Amino acid sequence: MTATLRILPFLRWGHRPWRLVERNVLAYRRVWYIFLSGFAEPLFFLLSIGIGVGKLVGDLDVGGHLVPYRTFVAPGLLAIAAMNGSLLDTTFNFFFKMKYTHTYDGVLAAPLTPRDVATGEITWALLRGTIYSAAFLVTMLLFGDLRSWWSVLALPGAVLIGYGFAGVGLAATTYMRSFVDFDYVNMAMIPLFLFSATFFPLARYDAGLQTVIRLTPLYQGVVLERSLVIGDLNWTLLLHAAYLLAMGLIGLRVASRRIGLLLQP
Amino acid sequence: MAGPMIEAHALTKRFGSFVAVDGIDFAIEPGEAFGFLGPNGAGKTSTMRMIGCVSPRSGGELSVLGLDPAHDGPQIRARLGVVPQEDNLDTELTVWDNLMIYGRYFDLPRREIRERAAELLEFVQLSDRRDSRVDPLSGGMKRRLTIARSLINRPEVLLLDEPTTGLDPQARHLLWDRLYQLKRSGVTLVLTTHYMDEAEQLCDRLVIMDNARIVAEGSPRQLIADNVTREVVEVRLGIDADTAAEVAALKQYGDRIEALADRVLVYTDDGDATAGAVTSDGIGAVSVLVRRASLEDVFLILTGRSLED
Amino acid sequence: MSTPALVRVVEREARVYARLWRGLAFSTFVQPALYLGAMGIGLGGLVKAHSGSVDGLTYLDFVAPGLLVASAMQLAASESMWPVLGGAKWMRQFHGVVATPIRPGELYGGFVLWTAIHAMLGSAAFVLVAALLGAVPSAWGILAIPAAALCAAAFCGPIAAFSITQESDVSFPMIMRLGVLPLFLFSGTFFPISQLPSGLRPLAVFSPLWHGVELARAATTGHFDVAAVVTHVAVLVACVAAGAFAGVRTFTKRLSS
Repeated sequence: MTATLRILPFLRWGHRPWRLVERNVLAYRRVWYIFLSGFAEPLFFLLSIGIGVGKLVGDLDVGGHLVPYRTFVAPGLLAIAAMNGSLLDTTFNFFFKMKYTHTYDGVLAAPLTPRDVATGEITWALLRGTIYSAAFLVTMLLFGDLRSWWSVLALPGAVLIGYGFAGVGLAATTYMRSFVDFDYVNMAMIPLFLFSATFFPLARYDAGLQTVIRLTPLYQGVVLERSLVIGDLNWTLLLHAAYLLAMGLIGLRVASRRIGLLLQP
Repeated sequence: MAGPMIEAHALTKRFGSFVAVDGIDFAIEPGEAFGFLGPNGAGKTSTMRMIGCVSPRSGGELSVLGLDPAHDGPQIRARLGVVPQEDNLDTELTVWDNLMIYGRYFDLPRREIRERAAELLEFVQLSDRRDSRVDPLSGGMKRRLTIARSLINRPEVLLLDEPTTGLDPQARHLLWDRLYQLKRSGVTLVLTTHYMDEAEQLCDRLVIMDNARIVAEGSPRQLIADNVTREVVEVRLGIDADTAAEVAALKQYGDRIEALADRVLVYTDDGDATAGAVTSDGIGAVSVLVRRASLEDVFLILTGRSLED
Repeated sequence: MSTPALVRVVEREARVYARLWRGLAFSTFVQPALYLGAMGIGLGGLVKAHSGSVDGLTYLDFVAPGLLVASAMQLAASESMWPVLGGAKWMRQFHGVVATPIRPGELYGGFVLWTAIHAMLGSAAFVLVAALLGAVPSAWGILAIPAAALCAAAFCGPIAAFSITQESDVSFPMIMRLGVLPLFLFSGTFFPISQLPSGLRPLAVFSPLWHGVELARAATTGHFDVAAVVTHVAVLVACVAAGAFAGVRTFTKRLSS
């Protein structure tokens, strides 16, 4: 148990990083409608791509199950939303608070450490992501896109995707000098968003490209979520999960080492 | 041009029911350095914005360079230089590009702007920073760049709103020196300030503003002579002194006195004699100091408040 | 010979752009190729297998003008929010501009003009990339570039007029999420509006993006109906005009009051 808590320090309820979560909840309370509008984003995508484009695409074969395109693309959209939300919070928003609004200068003057700040921000990003993912899963349920009881694991799966990208995002942000550098975040996100078997199956690529895609991070999340909601289970899913966990762990490790240098030079 | 550069009669500015400038009159002559002195919120910036033709007047008359800001804004602005209270340099451009682009806003030919920009960077001592971005410059450098920018069109009148607020003493003196040179070259300076030393240093003539109105007008020396005695004795009382009684006792020593939170000012024409009398008479003073009367005293006497409040 | 004030405002934007263009190479050239590759070719293969064609076009030909104009809209929308509020409130450089002979209305006009030019540059790159991928069957396709620029102005005009009235940026993410994103997804960009539920279909005519996409699609495919083209242009021009009517007033109110 203790070992788990060291790996996922944000799970320790009431610990110092939670002060930062409280701060963010307070900050958001005044702009609750922005929080609410976050629910709309994946829903719009599901209606447009899942249903609108779905009508043009028809049914697809996923691991031997013939499913409507909407059912195919929905778990991909879930994984994308988890990545986007997590990266937005840990890159752009984190950088903005650090460099421009100097939110953390005050926080660090209180008995919080830079590591608490990093952990607190990730906890917050994951909490928010969990709420959005849960809402999206309910929508999928209503559309009949949850084909298996294994879908209950899709929510922890989304949190894991968020965790993996949060670690990497935070680590990357510690190397950013100005907003111009955020073009690199876009440069990484857009290809992942488009080509991780999100909108069309891996089989559409030739063999060489398939191997490349299999190694990319969002692909792990997309396969994980799609297999869970369709019920196409096998042991390789653990590998995908392990990949994401490792991303988060290594990212956080790098981030907490550098974040002290950054916030308390 | 005959007559004043800038002339106002009953000039008024209202924002809804709030009256920011309440029917003021002034005239600024060519080549003079004219100041609006007053505390924050007195209506100085609103007045400057009306002169700068970026804020329409609500009432009264205003003529700038013989033209009416209500109709001839762009023509007037073409002949003004403006240094605003808050720097509004273009942070997406370099120092040099700030001058180039600003010159283009005045539709000056590029060749002319290049020559002028080089001269101006020399003048404000920023030549070595010409390719720097704006963000890393210090506050004093940004203000000097803003002044250089305001001179790109060779303005006849330079408007400066609180030009040295927020600068350290060294940066202030450098800025005053540049402004003094500009004045000598014939540019009409109009400035607002809430620093009396700045007003005394730079202004040939000034008006003191309080609560949207002008309460006095004249040269710094004349304002002091008309309103205050030559010298002031500052008496600092002990913490446990019976302040009311001490203040009453001090009344006999001067033409008038002002009791402040931490000290009492005694206005007198012979400071040393008064100080001597206060000390020897055993008033419970911790310290007694003689100084010359300043514009601060003028303001205090006219409004009953201190400038920095 | 004097230079029009609008052009002098554009000069400033062009100078900033000229300094940054290298960093913009990815978003200008690579991004269109990625979107066209994923949506047009990757997803397009699935569409071909199931439906054959969309409104008589391959999916790549159908989606290319949609993505072209949608990206012009997104550029225009985001450039008309944060940078406008920044110019009035955070960096305040707009206040510096109106202290010169430039009027607030001219600053507004120059800003919208620049956004259209900016969108035109991006659209030209997009059309070039699309043509190389075989997504522009008609030589009329070149006219998709001004169509996208007009659509950008139709969004920039009203949004910039609104942004300058704001004191904080809280409303901007809402505009992106609840305005720009649904338009992006439901304006005939990814699938024909004939597939929308019959109750919602008439709403598409209120989407400036739909008019822009239809206009660009007419150009890239070479299939057009003159009356429809005139209508689309008229609607977009009306948006620009409405924006200008409001923008001249809101810019004047904010910058000289």
